Amino acid sequence: MESMIKKILSSRKFHHYIRDPSAVAGSLILIIMLFGAIFAPLIAPQDPYDIKTLSLKDSMSPPIWMKGGKAPFLLGTDDQGRDILSTILYGCRTSFIVGFSAVAIAGIIGVTIGLLSGFYGGILDAITMRLADTLFSFSTTLMAMLFLGIFKGGGIPLIVIAIVITDWVRYARTMRGGVLGVKEEDYVSAAKASGANNLRIALRHILPNAIPPLLVIAAVDFGAVVMLEATLSFLGVGVPINKPSLGMMISLGKNYIYAGKWWLVIFPGGALVAIVLGINLLADWLREEINPKL
Amino acid sequence: MESLAPCLLIMLAYIIRRLIQGIAVLLAVSVICFAIFQFMGDPVLTLAGRYATQKQQEEVRKTLGLDKPLYIQYFIFLKNALHGNFGMSYVTHIPVLGLIFERLPASIELAITAMIISLSLGIILGVVSSLNPNSIPSRIVMTGSLFGISLPTFLIGILLIMIFAVALRLLPPFGRGEVIKVAGTWRTGFLTSNGFSHLILPAFTLGMYQLAVILRLTRGGMMEVLREDYIRTAWAKGLSRMIVVFKHALRNALIPVITIAGLQFGELIAFSTVTETIFQWPGAGNLLLTSIYETDHPVIIAYVMITSFIILSLNILVDTLYVFINPKIRYGKHD
Repeated sequence: MESMIKKILSSRKFHHYIRDPSAVAGSLILIIMLFGAIFAPLIAPQDPYDIKTLSLKDSMSPPIWMKGGKAPFLLGTDDQGRDILSTILYGCRTSFIVGFSAVAIAGIIGVTIGLLSGFYGGILDAITMRLADTLFSFSTTLMAMLFLGIFKGGGIPLIVIAIVITDWVRYARTMRGGVLGVKEEDYVSAAKASGANNLRIALRHILPNAIPPLLVIAAVDFGAVVMLEATLSFLGVGVPINKPSLGMMISLGKNYIYAGKWWLVIFPGGALVAIVLGINLLADWLREEINPKL
Repeated sequence: MESLAPCLLIMLAYIIRRLIQGIAVLLAVSVICFAIFQFMGDPVLTLAGRYATQKQQEEVRKTLGLDKPLYIQYFIFLKNALHGNFGMSYVTHIPVLGLIFERLPASIELAITAMIISLSLGIILGVVSSLNPNSIPSRIVMTGSLFGISLPTFLIGILLIMIFAVALRLLPPFGRGEVIKVAGTWRTGFLTSNGFSHLILPAFTLGMYQLAVILRLTRGGMMEVLREDYIRTAWAKGLSRMIVVFKHALRNALIPVITIAGLQFGELIAFSTVTETIFQWPGAGNLLLTSIYETDHPVIIAYVMITSFIILSLNILVDTLYVFINPKIRYGKHD
């Protein structure tokens, strides 16, 4: 274990990473947000979805440093008297859960389809890639919106499904490209000649080569999925009303911007941007490290 | 020159193949729409009302053709759709197609303005920041573009309203403002100063993400192209800066930009829904969301069919035009 850490710390990639301030900043932001999301029940001063702890007397108090702000509501409260900071922490949980599960499921499905269609070609390849093109031209956002608009009120699992329906295409395309790139390489022919079966060739010789570009796609996609969940919840087709979401907080805050209650929008919006910006900074670094042309 | 005729033939074959594929996709979309119409909620109850008698319900069932076998119902649905008859809205009891067409001009004006903003500013800023990538203005532009791709459209819209409408009181926060009729039925907001001022915030909101993407692509492409030998040759020939940058470099750097921009119609339509909701813009996207809230399936289905048609046609058009821009592409048997 210790020798592994040493090896990582002395590697060239780590050296590049530590000297790239935006990559370090990106990962720090992400770690902080992830930490807040995981330990939300411990850190949050209030459980914003436990009605017993809410009091309308506390509603609409501004952040604590402003006139009229009161403890313990560091970033103020909303119209129900919910602590904004606590709601943000719980909302980030939803963002991360949707982000991780959608990327993981879309990744697994996409990589499998891409691998198969690149490896076997023929009709399978023609059909999946046509399907992929078509789904993609309809855009993940539009498809998810329509899907959730028709199948209403399913909560987080349904949101993930709505995103995965089109999102697998990104991974399938990248994977297929990777397969086609190395299929004719000598080491794959050598593996074939030595009698390795197809599954072994695919998993041991082709997949590892395609992983770096897939990582970049996954990082960018994670940011996009987090934004998409927020957008869907903002529009009212995402998470149900009794579940926390940054998008829904902003949707509520939007009604009060003319009344000058800016904290209802700015703080959850800031948290959302922090997650997405963090992963995008990291993705930029990854892209340059792996393949500047990607 | 003598290879022109077979080249045209191949292109024609390509276009025909794309058209057939497009029709296949539209048929698939129509099957899905039909399934939604059939299995999501009972249209008889919705149309006849909850208090209709058994006999009234039967009558509605018959007029809708719901007593016939499924495949015949599908063909009736398809025939009606081809004639532009998507049925009545459950909520307003107005023919759906008219409802959507009335809203389309507002959506099209918004989308076109957003595209003009994102393409022009994106390409200009991308070129400028690629020429001196380490200068302070370039760094500011790049940081800005990073925020551009990290802020969801709805948040950009709200922030713009907070800054320019609530705090500075410079621009109106919602609505389309004053419109006038041109060419019979098209209501435009372009021609009145009031309508134009209402267009600015939503157009920037819708265009911002695309602007950032196009900027980053242009910059990346330009930086790569500017290193090429033929650019060095152009400099060495003593050509002016403008000619080297815009005529020699930009033309090649723009190819991937146009591909991406061409693929983004779906995104543009999706985000115009978001933008129209925030700014209460009276467009088709706004209508879609209202219909989703009210479970007005005929409107949703007609919207889906019409947008599918628009997206597919534009995709085929862009792919075909692409041949003229990019000499490297030949549409042969394997595309």
